[in-house]
Amino acid sequence: MIRWNDRWRFSMQVLSLNPIRTAILVITVAIGVSSVLILTSIGEGARNYINQEFSNIGSDLLIVLPGKKETGGGSLPMYSTTPRELTWQDANAIKQLSSVKEVAPINAGTALVNYQGLGREVIVIGSTSDFLQVRKLSIAKGRGFKQDERQRARHECVLGAKLKRSLFGSQSAVGKWVNIADRRYRVVGVLAERGESLGLDMRDMAIIPISSAESLFNTTALFRVIVSLNQFSHETTVKQQIIELIKARHEGEEDITIVSQNAMMDAFNNITQLVTAAIGVIAGISLLVAGFLMMNVSYVSVVKRRAEIGLLKAVGASKKEVQWLFLQESSILTLLGALVGVALGYSLVWLANTLIPYFSLAVPFWATLVSVLSAIVISIAFTWFPASNAAGVDPVIAMRGN
Amino acid sequence: MDVSPIIQLKDVNKTYLLGEQPLHVLKDLSLSISQGEYVSIMGPSGSGKSTLLNMIGLLDRPDSGELMLANSATRELPEEQRAVLRRDNIGFIFQNFQLIPRLTAEENAALPMMLAGIPIADRKAKIAHLFSQLGIAERLHHLPKQLSGGQLQRVAIARAMAMEPKILLADEPTGNLDQHSGGDVVDVLETLNKSGITLLVVTHDIALGRRAKRQLMMVDGVITKDSVSEG
Ligand SMILES: Nc1ncnc2c1ncn2[C@@H]1O[C@H](COP(=O)(O)OP(=O)(O)O)[C@@H](O)[C@H]1O
Ligand SMILES: [Mg+2]
Repeated sequence: MIRWNDRWRFSMQVLSLNPIRTAILVITVAIGVSSVLILTSIGEGARNYINQEFSNIGSDLLIVLPGKKETGGGSLPMYSTTPRELTWQDANAIKQLSSVKEVAPINAGTALVNYQGLGREVIVIGSTSDFLQVRKLSIAKGRGFKQDERQRARHECVLGAKLKRSLFGSQSAVGKWVNIADRRYRVVGVLAERGESLGLDMRDMAIIPISSAESLFNTTALFRVIVSLNQFSHETTVKQQIIELIKARHEGEEDITIVSQNAMMDAFNNITQLVTAAIGVIAGISLLVAGFLMMNVSYVSVVKRRAEIGLLKAVGASKKEVQWLFLQESSILTLLGALVGVALGYSLVWLANTLIPYFSLAVPFWATLVSVLSAIVISIAFTWFPASNAAGVDPVIAMRGN
Repeated sequence: MDVSPIIQLKDVNKTYLLGEQPLHVLKDLSLSISQGEYVSIMGPSGSGKSTLLNMIGLLDRPDSGELMLANSATRELPEEQRAVLRRDNIGFIFQNFQLIPRLTAEENAALPMMLAGIPIADRKAKIAHLFSQLGIAERLHHLPKQLSGGQLQRVAIARAMAMEPKILLADEPTGNLDQHSGGDVVDVLETLNKSGITLLVVTHDIALGRRAKRQLMMVDGVITKDSVSEG
């Protein structure tokens, strides 16, 4: 058996003999590998972004929705039979459960928010003092709602940062009166600047107390109830407790759906991972192209090196050894290409992250592994036939033909 | 003296297909060569001399009959084993040298040792020794294109000798050389034979052929004359 360092030297001598051909093959593999890395990094970046959004609002949340979803599972229900209303009295009852930490009933609609002739149509959320906690929002100026019974009907509001800016500019808003639809509300607080949260731009909203919202939107039916769990509570247990509780309150009818943040996160993760993998496979087609090119080049090389192959056999190389010498050559090329490709892929991803800071790409580790491995597998599969061709060369004929 | 032959052919036949036409190249050929012999093979072109040599060197397989090397049958051996036997026991020298252009003289000569997995330090020592014996000690790091014909054939001889084989097979070793360097190369081969190696030389050159102790004449796949010179 040839020693490993001799194998390496032997192949490198061949490869350096034809630097342009070698460079082209290395670059082809590198492009294949790096395109897999770059494209999957976009998918992975999107997944990280969504996960980040989820963890911004906390993953130990349950979302209680009116209506019974027909099939179980983690995603939001697509349809529901018109249910019994879910009310803030229901939400109040949920809050009595010892396994539950905070409960934010949500009654929402759109309304015109107006200050001294400046108006904006925005989403107005009716909730309780728990809302800021469950959505992990913080107050920049003023205060949130107080936690007392009468609070719920007060004409007070908290404004999102963007909404505040468009109505008040740089003036202070706290203590001023705004009109929401046809009612007057006193601004008690302004939210700290924070980006979007799962598609809802919290910066462009107003929050009012729940009872006030009921009369403003003329309904006691809640849009949903967000429940955060106590540290040691178990998600499935609490889910069951809430279902039982509401069932009892709704005359024995199970007419709510509970979605857990974790389940939604898992569902999103599965989808984005699948999409990322699919993108990776499509990018992997460029590796097949590299394989075809390598096969072609190998066939030509076998024809050109017939005399050498004949000689190698005459001085004691077996068929297997000759085949192996050709396979190792393409494997080294592929390894070099993969190395360059990984370096290129990571550098471009790094560059993109530096240039575009608000969306960060991340090469998934499996993509690095899989792209390098499949490059090697493809190169071996595609040069297998040219290499066995070389192994089959008749030394007598090959050396005579010189 | 060892009486058992190192090379023994028994009724060897070889037929090539030239298109549809079968070409009977070796016809019931039997031959026995002892360890240390110096044999020349002469005969017209196309008479099967190279085929006989390739057969003995395990590059070709008889269709029928048997080839014994050191009393072991070889015809039915698997290809892997024949490759190892060839590497360890047979040295080939060709008319056109068959050196690999991208490798230095030293690397060319060390090729069989590399295939055998011998470490580079041992290879270098062995090849340096052979090169100085062959008078090309200064040529270790030259590429084939930088060497003369006589030097190229010496590199090829070093390669043939690298594994210290028992048998040296030379097919028209002087065919591409001028009179002078051809003579030198034959001198080298004869020196090697004197130190014990079995030497078979195929040649057109009658004067060269006559230098061998035992001279074979081949015509049409048959040995027509097998004579031992008075010396
Ligand atoms: N592999 C082969 N396939 C077909 N014909 C061959 C092959 N090898 C040799 N021959 C033919 O066999 C005959 C003998 O060839 P060879 O042994 O090379 O003769 P010599 O060396 O005596 O000139 C020639 O006619 C040659 O063309
Ligand atoms: Mg010949």
